[in-house]
Amino acid sequence: MSGVRLLVGTRKGAFVLTADGTRKDWTIDGPFFGGWEIYHLKGSPAEPDRIWASQSTGWFGQLVQRSDDGGRTWSPVGNEFAYDGVPGTHQWYDGTPHPWEFARVWHFEPSSSDPDTVFAGVEDAALFKSVDGGKSWQELSGLREHGSGPHWQPGAGGMCTHTVLLDPDGGPRMFVAISAAGVFRSDDDGTTWRPANKGLRSAQLPDEDREVGHCVHHLARHPSAPDTIFMQKHWDVMRSDDGGDSWTEVSGDLPTDFGFAIDVHSHEPETVYVVPIKSDSEHYPPEGKLRVYRSRTGGNEWEALTNGLPQSDCYVNVLRDAMAIDSLDSCGVYFGTTGGQVYASSDAGDTWTALARDLPAVCSVEVQTLP
Amino acid sequence: MIRVVLPAHLKVLAGVSGEVELEVAPPVTTRAVLDELEARYPVLRGTIRDHASSKRRAFVRFFACKQDLSQDSPDDPLPEAVRSGSEPFIVLGAMAGG
Repeated sequence: MSGVRLLVGTRKGAFVLTADGTRKDWTIDGPFFGGWEIYHLKGSPAEPDRIWASQSTGWFGQLVQRSDDGGRTWSPVGNEFAYDGVPGTHQWYDGTPHPWEFARVWHFEPSSSDPDTVFAGVEDAALFKSVDGGKSWQELSGLREHGSGPHWQPGAGGMCTHTVLLDPDGGPRMFVAISAAGVFRSDDDGTTWRPANKGLRSAQLPDEDREVGHCVHHLARHPSAPDTIFMQKHWDVMRSDDGGDSWTEVSGDLPTDFGFAIDVHSHEPETVYVVPIKSDSEHYPPEGKLRVYRSRTGGNEWEALTNGLPQSDCYVNVLRDAMAIDSLDSCGVYFGTTGGQVYASSDAGDTWTALARDLPAVCSVEVQTLP
Repeated sequence: MIRVVLPAHLKVLAGVSGEVELEVAPPVTTRAVLDELEARYPVLRGTIRDHASSKRRAFVRFFACKQDLSQDSPDDPLPEAVRSGSEPFIVLGAMAGG
């Protein structure tokens, strides 16, 4: 029978939640790396038992852990992320130049075909690649050095490459998103890059539709429609239908267009999920009601999904990498909160169940659909 | 024999439970001790000091013989009591955070 494996990164360790294809009974294993911040875990599509984990603390820096048995045991691999050449400066919060300094890995994106190849989006914003199973990491410095890097500024959480989209067919096109610089596209396997932010408007900027400087929170895409990309920006839910060449707003009737997480149904490329958050200062759901919003029309028209989610006195956040969708026939949707809850729906969001209620604050949720 | 005390998280990473004992060729300095520690336990590379610059990480401190050695040059000789093994060289994580 098929099954699912949830990979949950938290402020104080990693957890692995497993269930069979019915998704009724769940086992929680962990914490792994107790006391460490686990920003992200992700499994290899080419070898699902290979999982990457970003382990860090402010005290002892960054480690990269790899499991080759589905998360039961882990081994550290290489943790040296050296920028290519002299990295120069980006802008600090006050607009002054600030040296590029590695802080942590925000996101791993494993290759769909080679289990030894994995990309790492890092803070300060850059993209690294390993082709030897994580032993060594090389920067794809064309991203940081394409020209606008000295003008990038950090978002409140740091200046991070938090989203990496690889071509679903294994082609050379890639996208990354950086807070607070925007979206960048490569058509040559990450060697050269160009901004892909036309149509984004950020009222906080002096030039609100400038080429870079937008605080893009997350991107999502369906593999059957690689030119269509959905975006949760700091404010605004956006979509592009031309591979990031232009963007249009599809926030529509959402109660607020601020948020972090966004994802796409595994079988319906125009069905999109977001979790609206009240504002960029409060960072909790409007009216204390935790609601996932689903659009079956690719945006603009949204319905609140509330069955099984707390509808009073709920003041948690859902971070950008903390939503995931499995590919079983009845699509499963999962998300974690800063309150330590992990919610699951096995019916595409119609009803929800808490798989865990008292984990540490959840940084990320990924799901693997297992044969 | 040089005795090294690691903070709890680094003990877990290194797979040790008590003190670490290292043979360090003279001159016995902070740099020499950490070089030997990282050679014995490669997983600790980058956790105490920066990979490239070897600069001490900001929230890591070094103590020995009731002295804070964190700001000393990494090439200064360590106290005789550390060199003789009667006192440990202590790597400490700052008490901060939550």
